[in-house]
Amino acid sequence: MLRALIKKEFSQIFRNPSIIRMMLAAPIIQLIIIPLAADFEVKNINIAVLDWDHSTYSEKIVNRMGASGYFVIKEVAHSPEEAQAALDHGTVDLVVEIPARFERELVREDEAKIFLRADAVNGVKAGLAMNYSGQIISQVNQEIRQDFVQFPRFSPVPTIDISTRFWYNPDFNYRHYMAPGILALLLVMVGSMMCALNIVREREIGTMEQMNVTPVKSYQFLLAKLIPFWIIGLVSLTIGLTVCYLVFGLYPLGSYLTIYLFAMVFLIASLGIGQIVASFSENQQQATLFSFFFMMMFVLLSGLYTSIESMPDWARYLALANPVSHFVDVMRSVMLKGSNFYDLQHRFWALVGFAVLFNAIAVLNYRKRAG
Amino acid sequence: MITVQNISKTYNKGAVKALDNINLEIQRGELFGLIGPDGAGKTTLFRILATLLVPDQGTATVNGADVVRDYKAIRRTIGYMPGRFSLYPDLTILENLEFYAAVFGTTIAENYAQIKPIYSQIEPFKHRRAGQLSGGMKQKLALSCALVHQPDVLLLDEPTTGVDPVSRQEFWDMLQLLQKTGLTIVVSTPYMDEADRCDRIGLIQKGKMMSVNTPQGITSGYQPDLYAVRSSNMYQLITDLRQLDGISTCYAFGEDAHVSVASNSGLNAPAMEAFLKQKAHNNIQITPIAASIEDCFIELMR
Repeated sequence: MLRALIKKEFSQIFRNPSIIRMMLAAPIIQLIIIPLAADFEVKNINIAVLDWDHSTYSEKIVNRMGASGYFVIKEVAHSPEEAQAALDHGTVDLVVEIPARFERELVREDEAKIFLRADAVNGVKAGLAMNYSGQIISQVNQEIRQDFVQFPRFSPVPTIDISTRFWYNPDFNYRHYMAPGILALLLVMVGSMMCALNIVREREIGTMEQMNVTPVKSYQFLLAKLIPFWIIGLVSLTIGLTVCYLVFGLYPLGSYLTIYLFAMVFLIASLGIGQIVASFSENQQQATLFSFFFMMMFVLLSGLYTSIESMPDWARYLALANPVSHFVDVMRSVMLKGSNFYDLQHRFWALVGFAVLFNAIAVLNYRKRAG
Repeated sequence: MITVQNISKTYNKGAVKALDNINLEIQRGELFGLIGPDGAGKTTLFRILATLLVPDQGTATVNGADVVRDYKAIRRTIGYMPGRFSLYPDLTILENLEFYAAVFGTTIAENYAQIKPIYSQIEPFKHRRAGQLSGGMKQKLALSCALVHQPDVLLLDEPTTGVDPVSRQEFWDMLQLLQKTGLTIVVSTPYMDEADRCDRIGLIQKGKMMSVNTPQGITSGYQPDLYAVRSSNMYQLITDLRQLDGISTCYAFGEDAHVSVASNSGLNAPAMEAFLKQKAHNNIQITPIAASIEDCFIELMR
């Protein structure tokens, strides 16, 4: 009986070109486009320079900013109005204003002022722009001081030299950070959305009712939906991992076995979500809306785009109740850190818990007849 | 074979009364027709008998099994065909049939004799997808799928709705053929002209079973005198007749107006003709006729 159900499911899936396309194209397109485009590093901050001083020091600051790689000197303004207009039009993100007699005051009074104005519509960008320019200016300041201050043999103030190194992602490659997360996203899509739409379609065309008058038990019906999408999910994951290797040269430092083991359990949990969505939807439109809502919540709170550590407490607890966040963490740990099963044991049992819980709700919710 | 006792069912928390205290008994081997307009409660009754819906009140049994308690047993013994075509459009005829056979733990080969009269008609197209079939062929496929596990009872909910007249005739021929194999068949239909194809019929309206009898029994039980009346101005004819004392109903029926007159009212054809002449009607024809099922239905609805 189960074999017949699964066989039917597969022949339907292979006749539905949109499922095949989703299965093959989605991992490839998502993996290539999203990590390349969604880059959090802020580069190319456009600045306008309003230099009233035209001194060696002011020039030094401007040159240093231009050479830092973060800034592009887009405009050299000649009046505050001109600079403000550039900021208003959005042609520049930051205005660096160096007042007249900057150099003289720095030398004579030991103190000088620089005025920075940033377009804070994009808060992250403005913050980073301020940060970077602050660093550059204080660096220049340091150098200038060293030029004309005679230091004693030992520095009167002890200095700490900081050297940094980025572990697990030595090049600080954003793509390597994103790609494992996207793989996780892919599995939720296959699991919850495709599975939910498939079940609801049966309700829509009336075959569900026809099934309900047969001796097919509800667990058999749901299992027959689960297994094909479980397999499709694993195929998608394989395609995704291949793309990761071919396009980004990224392969897991840990074992593929660990990844697949977690993916198998995670897929069951996702399929459970899909079945719950299906049990609450009358038609495919409702199912799409429901699963879209779930996906948004799960994905945005998963730590895929924003780190969970920087969320408020309540959101962090919410993330604990989110299977996607566990799996995103697993994927990153295995791919980038080479974590093994024992390191991630707690995640494994959490995912097993979700898988059992969601599927139990789904089976209980699936009624073969109306009251 | 099927008993229905005091079944009631409401929807929307009692706001809509779909079935109101229905009683019914259907014998083994009978071809039973459930006849009534849209919204009469036919589908609700079918869904209860098919164990898809739990009644609010009353009990029903199919082949001795209770529809609420022994629903599992019933699901093995019935073939249910819902009103809407609900097979997999992306599977072929053969795949659909194979699938439904497998779901009941059997094969097409084992039951070929049972489905042959119907399936053989669509077998030449067995590799065509169900979604691309014509209405009549879909009907035959659905019937084949409902038969493939050798059920004792066939529940067919409005199988001929939206089907062309020729296919409808064919479909009823097939049902009568199946009945000969010993199947109990319950069919619902909004078409009164199909009533004569049934052994017995139940007339249902607004959730109430108005009458259960053989088609002849129902028509012969028709009390009033019935006339088919015709004149050149149909609309005026009906309005005028409705004002005449002694006429209980008057309604358009094809090209005629059917007029029922209570036997004790003393009104007869010559009196009616005189009245119509006085109302300046031309080409008046008044013929006494025997009642059809539809006339009985209208009489019962009063």
